[in-house]
Amino acid sequence: MIQIRTEKIDPWKEIQRYQNSLNIQGKFGATAVFVGSMRDMNEGEQVSAMTLEHYPGMTDKYLHKITQEAHQQWPLLDSLILHRVGDVYPDDTIVVVAVWSTHRADAFTACRSLMEQLKSEAPFWKKEQLSNGSRWVEKNTPG
Amino acid sequence: MSIHVRFFASLRESLDIDTVTLHADANDTVDSVWHRATDGATRPNNTLCAINMEYVNAKQAVSDGDEVAFFPPVTGG
Repeated sequence: MIQIRTEKIDPWKEIQRYQNSLNIQGKFGATAVFVGSMRDMNEGEQVSAMTLEHYPGMTDKYLHKITQEAHQQWPLLDSLILHRVGDVYPDDTIVVVAVWSTHRADAFTACRSLMEQLKSEAPFWKKEQLSNGSRWVEKNTPG
Repeated sequence: MSIHVRFFASLRESLDIDTVTLHADANDTVDSVWHRATDGATRPNNTLCAINMEYVNAKQAVSDGDEVAFFPPVTGG
């Protein structure tokens, strides 16, 4: 499942709820999870809030593409990507990637790969609010 | 028919353009669409381009009815 949403994300509830909805009980031996949260500091400056912009349509298209490719590359049982847009604040969850598979190697590798592809190519942008104005984040840190 | 052009994030703010609709010209490319939509503004080297929500390079041909988008490096996640 892929969802882009403006509402707050409680990652652990979402993962549990999604897992309960799947018909894979007794089948999965591994769940790999990445949760990305907002920090209150970046490049040496205090950040009080952030606005996440995206390209509606292209983000969904791109996330579906990388999910489909991951399912072709590794024997995954299921996967979940949640991404927040709009105004976010320190400690808010920005992104969740969760992957279910039979064994841990596939779950670890696919989760990492999905996250890195999302970071490097999915069309989202962050604008930070600082004490003296705002600035666009120019690039993501390497994984 | 026409070409729908969209700008995102810092590029939208610096150009002060959100969307532009252009008449389709024969031999249009992403480059020429940028030039016409921005009145010849210089395109930052790191600008990413998409046609119909797929990444393309700036030499790619643009067809009547296409949506062309320009945006800075992505910073999601």
